[in-house]
Amino acid sequence: MTDFKIYTCGSNHGYRILNCEASMGLLNSVRYFIPELVLIAEALIILIAVMFKGKRLAGMSALMGLVVSFITLLSIKQTGVTGGLFGNIITLDSVAIFFKGLCITVTFFTVLFSIKFRSGEILSSEYYAILLLATAGMCLLASANDLLMAYIALETVSISAYILTAFLKSNRKSSEAGLKYVIYGAIASGIMIYGMSLLYGITGTTNFVDINKFVGAYSDTPLLVVIILMVLAGFGYKIAAVPFHMWCPDVYEGAPTPITAFLSVGPKAAGFAILIRFLWEAFYSALVTINQITVIWQSLLMIICVLTMTIGNLCALKQTNLKRLLAYSSIAHCGYILMGVVILTKSGLEAVLIYFIIYLFMNLGAFLVIIAISEITGREDLKDYHGLGWLMPFPCVIMTIFLLSLTGLPPFAGFIGKLYLFKAVIEVKWYWLAVLGALNTVISLYYYARVIKAMFLESVDTEPSNPQSAIRNPQSSVSLYYSIILVILVIPILVLGVYWIPLLVIIQKLS
Amino acid sequence: MQFPLLTLLIFLPIIGVPIILFLPKHWHKTIRWTAIFFTALQLLLTIYLLTAYRTDITGFQFVEQTKWIPPFNIEYYLGVDGISILMVILTPLICFLGIFASWNINKGVKGYHILYLILDTGMMGVFLALDFFLFYVFWEVTLLPMYFLIGVWGGPRREYSAIKFFLYTLFGSVLMLLVMLAFYFNTDPHTFSIPKLIELRHIFTGTGWLIAFIGLYIAFAIKVPAFPFHTWLPDAHTEAPTAISVILAGILLKMGVYGLLRISLPVLPEASQSFALTMALIGMINIVYGALCTMAQKDMKRLIAYSSISHMGFCLLGIAAACQVGVTADSAQAALNGAVLQMFNHGCIAGMLFLIAGVIYDRAHHRDINGFGGLASRMPLYAGMTSFAFFASMGLPGLSGFIGEILVFLGAFKVYSAITIVSVSGVVLTAGYFLWTMQRMFLGPLNEKYKDLPEINFREMFTLVPLGLIVLLVGIYPMSVISLITKSVEYVVTLVK
Repeated sequence: MTDFKIYTCGSNHGYRILNCEASMGLLNSVRYFIPELVLIAEALIILIAVMFKGKRLAGMSALMGLVVSFITLLSIKQTGVTGGLFGNIITLDSVAIFFKGLCITVTFFTVLFSIKFRSGEILSSEYYAILLLATAGMCLLASANDLLMAYIALETVSISAYILTAFLKSNRKSSEAGLKYVIYGAIASGIMIYGMSLLYGITGTTNFVDINKFVGAYSDTPLLVVIILMVLAGFGYKIAAVPFHMWCPDVYEGAPTPITAFLSVGPKAAGFAILIRFLWEAFYSALVTINQITVIWQSLLMIICVLTMTIGNLCALKQTNLKRLLAYSSIAHCGYILMGVVILTKSGLEAVLIYFIIYLFMNLGAFLVIIAISEITGREDLKDYHGLGWLMPFPCVIMTIFLLSLTGLPPFAGFIGKLYLFKAVIEVKWYWLAVLGALNTVISLYYYARVIKAMFLESVDTEPSNPQSAIRNPQSSVSLYYSIILVILVIPILVLGVYWIPLLVIIQKLS
Repeated sequence: MQFPLLTLLIFLPIIGVPIILFLPKHWHKTIRWTAIFFTALQLLLTIYLLTAYRTDITGFQFVEQTKWIPPFNIEYYLGVDGISILMVILTPLICFLGIFASWNINKGVKGYHILYLILDTGMMGVFLALDFFLFYVFWEVTLLPMYFLIGVWGGPRREYSAIKFFLYTLFGSVLMLLVMLAFYFNTDPHTFSIPKLIELRHIFTGTGWLIAFIGLYIAFAIKVPAFPFHTWLPDAHTEAPTAISVILAGILLKMGVYGLLRISLPVLPEASQSFALTMALIGMINIVYGALCTMAQKDMKRLIAYSSISHMGFCLLGIAAACQVGVTADSAQAALNGAVLQMFNHGCIAGMLFLIAGVIYDRAHHRDINGFGGLASRMPLYAGMTSFAFFASMGLPGLSGFIGEILVFLGAFKVYSAITIVSVSGVVLTAGYFLWTMQRMFLGPLNEKYKDLPEINFREMFTLVPLGLIVLLVGIYPMSVISLITKSVEYVVTLVK
C-alpha cells in the first residue's frame, strides 16, 4: 500500500485525466474529502437519530445531507484544486467531480422518489442510510486511483445495492432479485480481484499512475488481455455490459422501483467513471503502442460495445414488463456510451459526460412515471398501460417525451447525447461502428413505441389484471408531488434538446 | 433587422399549440377554428411571400441567419429559392384545407389539432432550412405527429401502418444523420451549412462519397417513395385519416424529392452523375410497376396511394436525366424543371384525389370500388370533380399534370431513350386504371344501396376548389409557376455538370 511519499508525474501522454501533482498531506486531503464525509456522517445521523425521532424525518434529513454534500462539492470545484488525496489513492480532478456531482444528483432524486413510495410505509430509515453510504461509495469509485480503492469502493456500492434491492422483505421478487444480484456480484468481483492481483504481480504496485509506467513494458504479452478481461468482468458487471448483464433485468424488475431508478443511473455512472479512469490512466501506455496484443484487446472492447448495444436492444423487443424493458434499454444505452469509451479520444469522453447528464434525466423520469402510475394501478405490465394516455394524459405525454428522448429523436435532449456520441465515433472514422449504433437506434424505436402505442393507441382493458386497481376511479390521477418532480425532470429534456449550450459550458469547464 | 418572415412562417402554428392546449377538450368548434386561424395566417403570409419573391435572381431570398450552437458551428439558417418556393406555397395551403377535411374527427380533437400544427411547423421548417442540422431536426419533428395521427385516428390497421411508417422513415433518417456528420467532419472549417457545402462540393469525390450519396439517397428514397423502399406507403396512406393522407401525399412525399434536389445533387454532383442511370431505372420501375400495382387495387385509397408511387417516379426520372453525363443544358433544364413542377403538381392533384376519397368514405363508410356504381346520377358535382382530378392525374393537356410529365419526358428522352419510352407507357396505364375506376364507380347503373347518398357539400367543395383552380391555372399558363423555379433550377443544372 502507498504511504506518504511524494509521487512525481511520469512520462507525458496526450490524454491524461489526472493532472499529476504531488499527493496532498493527510489533513489537506480530508479538506477535499468533505462531500463523502458529509454523506457518511448523514448516514450515521439517520441511523442513530431514528432511535429518538422516528423514521418520518429520515428521508428529509437524507435530502438535506445530499444538498450539503453537493454544495461542498461545488465549492471544491470552485477552488480549482486538483491532485491526489490520501497518498494518491483517490484523485481530485474535474472528471471525478463531475461523476460525484452526478451520483449525488441521482441519489437526491431517488430519495425524492422514495419518500412517497407506497405511502412511505415500508421504507425504514436504514434504507436512506444505506442509500447515502452507497452514494459515498460511488463518489469514491468515481475518484479511485488505486486498485484496492477501486475494489473497496465497488464493493461498498455493490453491497449497499444488494441490500436495497432486497429491501421489500415481504415481496418474493425483491428477495429473489437481491439474491441473484449478490451471487452474480460476488463472482464478478472475485474474478476482478484476481485480475487485479495479476496486474499487481506484473507491475508491483496498485496505484494507477504507477501501473501505467510499468505496464507499457508488458504491452505485447497476452497476459494483458487476460487481465483486461478479468478486470472488465468486475467493471462490466457494474455497468451491465454484455456478457456481464444477466443480473440486470431480474434485479431491475424485482427491486423497489426507486432503487431500480437509482441502479440504472448511479452505479452505472460510477462504473463508467472507474472504467474510463482504468483504461486511460492505468492502461494508457499499453494503448499507445500498437501491436498484436493491443489490437486484440481493443477489438475485444469494441466487440463488447457492439454486443451490449445489440443484445440490449434485441432482448427488449419482446418484453412485456415495463421495468424489464427499461432494464434492457439501459443495457443498450450502456452500449452506446461504451462507443464513446472504446474510441479513447477526448471528444469521446466529452460525449460520454454529456450523454450521462441527459441520460440521468431521461431514465429517472421514465422510472418516475412507472412509480407514479403503479401507485394508482398497482401494476407495471404493458397491458395495464393500455389506454392510459386518455385516462391520465399528463404522465403519459411526459412518458412519451422520455421514451422518445431515450430513442434519440430530435427535438429532445436524447438526440443531442446520441449526436455527440456519433460525432466522436465518426471523427475517428470508425464509420461501421456509427452505422451499427444508428441501426440499433432504429431497433430501439420499436419497443419504446410499443409503450407509447399501449398508452395511446390501445383502449383501456375492460378486465384489468389487478382488481384493486384504482384506474376505474375517474378521479384518479397522478399525485401532485410526482407531477411536480416529473415537470422538473422533463424540462431539461425539452430545453436541452434545442439549446444545449449550457451542457457544453459545463463540459468545457471540466476539460 | 428585417422582418423575420420565414421564422414566422415556420413557427406560427406552434404559437397556436399552447392556445389549443388550454382550451377545454369538448370545445370542438373553438379548437378547429383556432387551428384554422393560425394556418390561415400562415397562408396569408405565404401569399405575401409570393408577391415579394423575385424571380430574376438565383440565390436564396428572405435569408435569416444567426448562430445557434457556435461550438458545433450550427446556425439557424433559413432561406427560400426556386426549388423550395413551390412547396412553401403548397404546405400552408394543404394544411389549411386539411383542417376542413378533418371536420369529422370527433375523438381527441384537441390532441389531433395540436399534433397537426406541430406537423405543419415541421414541414415548413424542412423546406426552409438551409443548415443541414436544422433540416434534420425539422425532418424528424414531422415523424412523431404522423405516428400518432395515423396510429390514433386512422383506419382498422392503423397501428401496424403507423409503426411501419415510423420505423422505415427513422431508418432513413439515421442514415441521413451519419452522412450529415460525415459532411461536417470532412469540411474545413467544419460546417453544417448547406450553401457552404455546395461551395465545397469539389472535395466530395471518390468512392467513399459515392457510398455516402447512396446512404443519403436511401434516406430520401424512403420518403419519395422509390422502389424498393415504397412498401410503407400503401399502408400508411390507406389507414390514415383523410386530411393526414392528403398531407402525406401532398407534402411529406415531396420532402424526399426536395432533399435530393437541395442536398444530394448540389453537394455531391460527381456521385449523382455516377448514380444517375440507377436513379433513372428506379424511376422507370416506380412509374410502370406502380401503375401495374394500381390496376389491381380494389380499395380506392390504396389505388390512389399506389398511383402516388407511380407519379413520383416522374420526379426521379427528371432528376436522373439532369444528372446524366452527356446531357445538354436544355434537356437537363427541362427535366429538372419538370421534376420540381411535378412535385408541386402531384401535391395538388394527389391532395384532391385523397379529399375525394374522403368524401365518399364519409358517406358510404367503405372504399371498395366495386361496391359502388352509377354514382354520377346521384352526385353529379362530385363525379365532375372526381373526373377533373382523375384527368389531371392522367396528364390530360390543359391541366397541370401534363406539363410536369411532358417536361420530364422532353428532358429525359435524349439521354434515356429506352427508359423514357417505357415510362410513357406508364401514362397509358394511368389512364387505364383511372378511367376504369371512374367507370366502376360513377358510370353504369346506380347501386341501389346508394340511392340516397347526399351530394358533396360546401365544406368539401371548399377544400377541393382551390386545388382544382391551381391545377387548371398551371395547366393553361404554366409559365406562372415555372418562372418561379427556373432560375434556381438552372443553377442546380450548372452545379451538376
